[in-house]
Amino acid sequence: MKRREFIATSLATASLSSTARAQSAPIRIGLMAPLTGVAAAGGREIVDGFTMYWAEANNMAGGRKVEILIEDDASNPDTALQKARRLVEQTKVDFLAGNLLANTGLAVANYVKGNGVPYFIPVIAANDLTQRARIKNVIRVGGYAASQFSPPLADWALKQGYRRVAMIAQDYTFGHEQCGGFAQAFTEGGGTVIGQFWHPLNTADYSPYLGQVASLKPDVVFAMETGADSTRLVQQYASFGLKGRIPLLGAQNTIDQSVIRTMGPECEGIISAAHFAEGADLPATQAFVKAYGARYDNKIPSLYGFTHYIGAMWIAKAINAINGKVEDRDLFLDTVMKTDLPDSPLGKPVRLDAYGNPVYDVFIRRVMRNKDGKYVNAPIGSYPQVSQFWKYDPETFMRQPPYSREFQGIKKA
Amino acid sequence: MKRAALWILVAALVLLVLPQVLPGYQVSIATQILIFGVLAMSIDVLAGFAGRTPLCHGAIFGTAAYVVLYWTTVAGGGIFTGVALGVLAATALAAVFALLAIRTSGVYFLLLTLALGMIVWGVCLRWTGVTGGENGIRGLGRPEMVADHVTFYYVTLGVVAPVTLLMWRFVHSPFGLTLRGIRDSETRMRSLGYNVPLHLFLAFLASGFFAGIAGALYAIFNDYVSPSTVQLTQSVAGLLMAITGGIGTLLGAFVGAGAIILLENTVSAFTARWPIVLGITFIVIMIFAPEGIVGRIRLLRARMRRVSSP
Repeated sequence: MKRREFIATSLATASLSSTARAQSAPIRIGLMAPLTGVAAAGGREIVDGFTMYWAEANNMAGGRKVEILIEDDASNPDTALQKARRLVEQTKVDFLAGNLLANTGLAVANYVKGNGVPYFIPVIAANDLTQRARIKNVIRVGGYAASQFSPPLADWALKQGYRRVAMIAQDYTFGHEQCGGFAQAFTEGGGTVIGQFWHPLNTADYSPYLGQVASLKPDVVFAMETGADSTRLVQQYASFGLKGRIPLLGAQNTIDQSVIRTMGPECEGIISAAHFAEGADLPATQAFVKAYGARYDNKIPSLYGFTHYIGAMWIAKAINAINGKVEDRDLFLDTVMKTDLPDSPLGKPVRLDAYGNPVYDVFIRRVMRNKDGKYVNAPIGSYPQVSQFWKYDPETFMRQPPYSREFQGIKKA
Repeated sequence: MKRAALWILVAALVLLVLPQVLPGYQVSIATQILIFGVLAMSIDVLAGFAGRTPLCHGAIFGTAAYVVLYWTTVAGGGIFTGVALGVLAATALAAVFALLAIRTSGVYFLLLTLALGMIVWGVCLRWTGVTGGENGIRGLGRPEMVADHVTFYYVTLGVVAPVTLLMWRFVHSPFGLTLRGIRDSETRMRSLGYNVPLHLFLAFLASGFFAGIAGALYAIFNDYVSPSTVQLTQSVAGLLMAITGGIGTLLGAFVGAGAIILLENTVSAFTARWPIVLGITFIVIMIFAPEGIVGRIRLLRARMRRVSSP
């Protein structure tokens, strides 16, 4: 009897001291990014943006030290899963963040659905993660849903008098969702989609598509590309002589800083929509761009770096508000959901909607030279308070099928 | 013979005790090694015993995973039927591949199976309505009874052990000997009156069946499948495991799977350049132990025996 009591009391003290220790021990963040494989370039910038914020905050939040453990997901969902397991089960991180490719994010999200570990996804844009298949502990701080920025771009295009659009896009979910957002808003506003061209990832030669686009004689072209495909499309659009004849609109990633950084005049004048414009004349934005450049050999930040920077900022503000008690997951997640950022590099307050996706003032951006002669996306217009549901009621929007190659939300005339 | 029994006993004991001493995450790695060991063995059946090196087993393996997850999530079926259907689908796919590929050999067989595997990958990528395209299929969570790593390890071991025994019997049966005969001289076997295409077809079928079992286990293990599970790198990874362990040794597959998965895990914790380290390791193995780890050990032991015997 005595022995049992002894065991019980010593267990109680042990567990007490472990909670006490947990409060003073560092907060451990598991950051996953593709450092090898197809998405490696963007992955590097994820790490840069995320760690830059924490370095500025002296790696402290809520009175506790913050440790960042970086793992390479190799641009592969199976590897991402394995790394997520390692971070959670072996390294015992308090929460996860990062990943770039939608499939790596979806795999990890499915894993944390089972164990409740908070997971923050500034780049994973897959609509359903904050819509139909929402997981409570997966929050898109600093990021955007795939079809969030294309409807305002479509609206802007209509206002320019464009009525007939041709679309070129990578044939996978991210492309289907972005194009769906554009096509639905564009056709509901009175425009017509006269052609959609889906091509496989890593297309080297766009001539079959560009030839058809030219023969359709559209008012405007919308292109949804990522990585090296973006560079090739923009270059070939110019070399086919379409640049200057038919205006080109791009998804935010088609013409992201990471793409135009290495390009010449062929990228000038392309229009896109995003929450962040590295060429914006706002003091907060320029201060961030300058600090980023000073830290990473004069590089202008891309969306990958930027979203992870403010993603980290978002998380840090929530941790400060709860005095570092990240072990209380419900409290932590609720606080993140309620946290807004008045002083981010965006220069305007941002908040999360009820589904864990941010609401932004969205810029219409045009590629132009800055005063140093480098190409940047600079704002030429803006749409206030754009949520992932555009002007639709969330419930009604989620009742329609997810955007796919078959369903683009195109309004029947 | 007594010695072999002793080794088997030791191996069984180690495998049984392992999850009791390893922390949770390492148990999941051990489970993964067992699963990939089966995949590598299924490749070894063809590459090591029938002399036909396939590059499509990732696709067969992944097809089983897709069917299991599709059945349990989209179709809302049970896990056991799902596994049965997954293995069946893998075997059926192997049958189709076999019909197309067995008449070729050498580099042609390699390329043909590679192309067939790529077709599966393309279908998984583009048939968005069924496979979820690039996003893949997410499961509903592992079944409650095998949710934790330790239980799942024992379940996997419970499947893998008899499967291994079965494959061992298979390659050491008269049928297996015929395969080895075909590997060494197809024309001689033909002139001896053996139906070579039929033997190869059946070997391919069996190999696909076993790869399907591995794929079904992997589906439950990861609870997620995407085109990267069926892509070429998966087939290559399986083949590399078989080669690293020792082609034609069957059980070397586990050694190869263990070596590669552990190496991947430890090296990637230290450097972002882990694929380079992995690549160099393969080169070193190919130069100094082209017969694989187990093959090399066997060779050394045989040499020692020769030296010690007068």
